[in-house]
Amino acid sequence: MGTVPSALKHCLSYQHLLKEQLWIGEPTAPPHPGQESQASGLPEYVKIVEVGPRDGLQNEKVIVPTDTKIELINRLSKTGLPAIEVTSFVSSKWVPQMADHKEVMRGIERHPGVQYPVLTPNLKGFHSAIAAGATEVSVFGAASESFSKMNINCSIEESIEKFEEVAKSARNMNIPVRGYVSCALGCPYEGDITPAKVAEVSKRLYSMGCYEISLGDTIGVGTPGSMKRMLEAVMKEIPLSALAVHCHDTYGQALANILTAIQMGVAVVDSSVAGLGGCPYAKGATGNVATEDVIYMLNGLGINTGVNLYTVMEAGNFICTALNKKTNSKVAQASFNTGAVKKEFRIPETRKMRGKKKKAEKVLFFFFLSK
Amino acid sequence: MLSLSLPPGQHRGLPAESEGGGGGAARRAAEREGTAGSVVPTPVKIRLIDMLSETGLPVIEATSFVSPRWVPQMADHAEVMQGINKLPGVSYPVLTPNLKGFQAAVAAGAKEVSIFGAASELFTKKNINCSIEESLERFSEVMNAARAASIPVRGYVSCVLGCPYEGNISAAKVAEVSKKMYSMGCYEISLGDTIGIGTPGSMKEMLAAVMKEVPVGALAVHCHDTYGQALANILVALQMGVSVVDASVAGLGGCPYAQGASGNVATEDLVYMLNGLGIHTGVDLQKLMDTGTFICNALNRRTNSKVSQAACRL
Repeated sequence: MGTVPSALKHCLSYQHLLKEQLWIGEPTAPPHPGQESQASGLPEYVKIVEVGPRDGLQNEKVIVPTDTKIELINRLSKTGLPAIEVTSFVSSKWVPQMADHKEVMRGIERHPGVQYPVLTPNLKGFHSAIAAGATEVSVFGAASESFSKMNINCSIEESIEKFEEVAKSARNMNIPVRGYVSCALGCPYEGDITPAKVAEVSKRLYSMGCYEISLGDTIGVGTPGSMKRMLEAVMKEIPLSALAVHCHDTYGQALANILTAIQMGVAVVDSSVAGLGGCPYAKGATGNVATEDVIYMLNGLGINTGVNLYTVMEAGNFICTALNKKTNSKVAQASFNTGAVKKEFRIPETRKMRGKKKKAEKVLFFFFLSK
Repeated sequence: MLSLSLPPGQHRGLPAESEGGGGGAARRAAEREGTAGSVVPTPVKIRLIDMLSETGLPVIEATSFVSPRWVPQMADHAEVMQGINKLPGVSYPVLTPNLKGFQAAVAAGAKEVSIFGAASELFTKKNINCSIEESLERFSEVMNAARAASIPVRGYVSCVLGCPYEGNISAAKVAEVSKKMYSMGCYEISLGDTIGIGTPGSMKEMLAAVMKEVPVGALAVHCHDTYGQALANILVALQMGVSVVDASVAGLGGCPYAQGASGNVATEDLVYMLNGLGIHTGVDLQKLMDTGTFICNALNRRTNSKVSQAACRL
């Protein structure tokens, strides 16, 4: 806008701007005068569920060494994030990226007060997870019959039956279960999904004992309009405090959709450090919303998350260097100078990895066939 | 810049999903700001503007009548102005920083002009080597000449949510500068988050202050997506009754203050959101995406529009 001076020597350094103006680096920044979240009807606190190590890495092109995953999770544990989705106890035949689930589970440093949920698509996976030390699990439903069929070769009803087995065992062992509902705002096969269907599936998962239902815009097609309609339907069946949103940024709508959800009282948001995890349905497109960008927005709204944004950016820088890729976080791009890629973090893609990757690409990422 | 307006009478909050339709007067996409960072051949610029004209955008900011010594990318302003195919019902405003630029613009056929103020003293000093007050005095010459020629003038206020030199900018200062420009005769004030640093929180606070001084019907927002906040900020502005939004096809135009970072919000992503909200814009999203593809190919760069990247399958 207007003319721009070519020399920007006197510009505030971004480090200064971040720390002084935006409280990046301060986990409990005071709200900006006039922005008290309570006055505007927004939640005082929003819980961020970090899905980068699982959902993110599972959908990246490169298979990440176990040590790198453990390092990433350990770094994330120090940021103040209250929940970090660690791995997935599914058959490595279908999701080779998560084949090292036991090693990762056993290798991470568990911080007190931080939850480390894992995916368990069936009873076998659940038992395996518990044996490896898991203390919280997740199950994945879908609001689309076609998606369920294509992913795990069964109907929604059949998948619910499998999850009920998991939920029952979990209940007996006092293990909390989180339920996900995919395709909440649209399906790559069916197109539009009715809010009523999302509400119905959510209710089934909640009734079987899931303590929280994460509503996922799997292909990122939702907008504030469709988010509002969907949440209105679901909120008739499930208490607000048990709802979370899992927005993908494939069409750039994620933050606007998350804002809409927060304005309606939702206080749990899933996101992925550095926006890890592309979209398997749109080649070259992005997937998960970046944790850094979400926290930036919440900080600006005066909403407490308990998370230190700067340390999240550092963790994001670490994993992007390791993956030899650019971050998908705009906040990180604008404010964090990553410098040159360090050679020792680069992971070479072997022919074996490429073969495995090709096979994995055929499998839709949320659902897995049982052995 | 694309500005989209809601149907008349719907300035309070968002219209209901079932409503929409009616002649929303959309403003247009930033050919000017988007290509300011690159040296683009004149025929490519003309083709870009002509393609944008076909999308249904009602306003397209064509070029800038500033000295080529300062902005060489806009040196071909007269040729562009004279070369484009001006569709009836579409406005083609141009930037005019001073009287000389204004006169050159009118001679080249401009029918609407824009002037740029800022809510930051330091930004104004760095940019045009004078204070805010002095810059407004210069603009008053343009205002007088424009009034005499019945040419509408749009006013921009930069740094409304933060300044790369001063940091925080008070909402009161933004309101003060906006009020002055509106009183001078600008028919619309476009509030620019120049470094994209704003969030829905600061947007709300700033607009609440400005709306006490300038009617909401005369307000527009110009959000940068440098921190990924643009669409969320625009949503808040819409909720507060703002119905004119600036954007740039393919998200053209980086941020000169943060190397490698993005700048303008992408028109495609904005239109996608507004479509989903049931807000009428009159813009054909597919044609807009085709235009974005054209200019990105011409510039040999990737689009900044996520909608374009995803190549809408639904």
